[in-house]
Amino acid sequence: MAKDIAIYIEQREGVIQPVAYELISEAKRLAACQENKQVVGVLIGSGMENSAAELELYGLDRLILCDDKKFELYHTELYTEALTSFIREEDPDILLIGATSIGRDLAPRCSAAVKTGLTADCTKLEIDEETDKLLMTRPAFGGNIMATIICENHRPQMATVRPGVMVVTRTKGEHRMIVEKMDISKLDLSVRVKILEVVKSVKSHVDIGAARVLVAGGRGIGSKENFEILGEFAESLQGELVASRAAVDEGWIEKARQVGQTGTTVRPELYIACGISGAIQHIAGMENSSFIVAINKDPDAPIFEYADVGLVGDFKTILPMLGKELSA
Amino acid sequence: MKIIVCVKQVPDTTEVRINNETGTLIRDGVPSIMNPDDKAAIELALRMKDLKPEICVHVLTMGPAQAERVLIEAMCMGADEATLLSDRKFAGADTWATSTALAGAIAEIGADIVLCGRQAIDGDTAQVGPQIAEHLHMAQATYVSEAILGGAGVLATRKFEDGDYKLELPLPCLLTTLSEEINVRYMHTHHIVRTMKNRKIQLMTADDLKVDQRELGLKGSPTRVKKSVTKSAKSAGTCYVENPEVGVEKIVGYVKGLNIL
Repeated sequence: MAKDIAIYIEQREGVIQPVAYELISEAKRLAACQENKQVVGVLIGSGMENSAAELELYGLDRLILCDDKKFELYHTELYTEALTSFIREEDPDILLIGATSIGRDLAPRCSAAVKTGLTADCTKLEIDEETDKLLMTRPAFGGNIMATIICENHRPQMATVRPGVMVVTRTKGEHRMIVEKMDISKLDLSVRVKILEVVKSVKSHVDIGAARVLVAGGRGIGSKENFEILGEFAESLQGELVASRAAVDEGWIEKARQVGQTGTTVRPELYIACGISGAIQHIAGMENSSFIVAINKDPDAPIFEYADVGLVGDFKTILPMLGKELSA
Repeated sequence: MKIIVCVKQVPDTTEVRINNETGTLIRDGVPSIMNPDDKAAIELALRMKDLKPEICVHVLTMGPAQAERVLIEAMCMGADEATLLSDRKFAGADTWATSTALAGAIAEIGADIVLCGRQAIDGDTAQVGPQIAEHLHMAQATYVSEAILGGAGVLATRKFEDGDYKLELPLPCLLTTLSEEINVRYMHTHHIVRTMKNRKIQLMTADDLKVDQRELGLKGSPTRVKKSVTKSAKSAGTCYVENPEVGVEKIVGYVKGLNIL
């Protein structure tokens, strides 16, 4: 019988990704809604034993470690083989995977292989009190609607979960995690696709999901030069500069800083949106920010509907005013 | 060599509005378009054909009769052949059942390379491509920004959040493409004239596929939508039009409490 809640622990270059901790925390919360549920993680990588110990702090009950030099780099075929073998062996009731560019490659491949349903990019998970089934809620239609999906008769109930949405909680008190090694001798590790080269992004890596303060610009900013003004302001608040899709499409700023449905989801403590009209696609990526400030010339811009404080006017006059008061 | 490009007709979700009184989607007047990532897939296929004119580019879509419009658009861009996979038995399919049907059609047509858009703007799942690849036991590369014929088959650049992979894939293989990385060509007069003279669109139904029909459509779908609601705006705060200094004061009060400066 399908039993546990399983989490795919994503690592890159040996570093466990933040989304893994988010998923463990969320799985612990879901496990508490049901009887006798354990949270089991599966970690595929190379030389991961030491960093895996960290997972205990977040309340993981059991870890299946699939560790071999062959798994150093993400490879669709190898990781699919390892993860489907885990699913067949463990028969989990639920399997959660981060909706990253790795998770969204791996999860559909595995769901097709084990013949189960998969719900993409979920932003909310609940257990149905009556049926004990997983309710998977996700934005669709460009973020205009929220759809709740269930997977009735197939197991595991699989979902990819949007990074940055679930809240990380460390476990309190004594907790022991059992680590088991996966027997990889029974896996078929032949591959067809060859990785010829790995090119790291030349731009310095920005983690806009981790910033406490974000200053965002949209089409209304008008130029690349004006974005530099925003960048300086963000720096003065020790924050990061981000943008709407419109500004990225204009080429004023790199894609890695895009917030929204097709960019990154963020929930900083302060979000200052300048020259952003507030298309639903953008709102979907920032509405959970603790405090939202909107600055826009158009008093009818939809962004004001979501702002804690809205300022109608030109960011070029309002930002200096705000900067002066903040440093006073 | 045959390249099959899977395309989808989607509502232009950037044009969708919500009726604030009824809380429902306003779909009237929302245009149907070819999904942007799929257009990028056509472009990559046509670039391969530009260098090797003997390549046959075949576009495939699943949908109602009106979905043939995206096939015609693809042919006007330069695609050679088209198939419309249409049957009531496909209705209500989730990604698993959709990929089962498309994989069945691809198996019938036969392909050396399958190209799909990374994801469709109405569903944003990015699941159908990899699921087709698994059904057909094909090698795959998703999030592709560039691909050419070469090496053992295809040389592709695969994007991650923090860098790229350069991959070599054997044939047959499946790639999913990113619209933001690929500039798409316009329709060409020559191809428009050619298509209007002879728009041969092959029709395929569930009976043409070697697929267990219990695995198609709503009843073949492991997942189903339990409910869907339009998103309600959170209650708006205060908007300062005439007296921004009051608003600024409020922001300063909040920021000081954060202890970041």
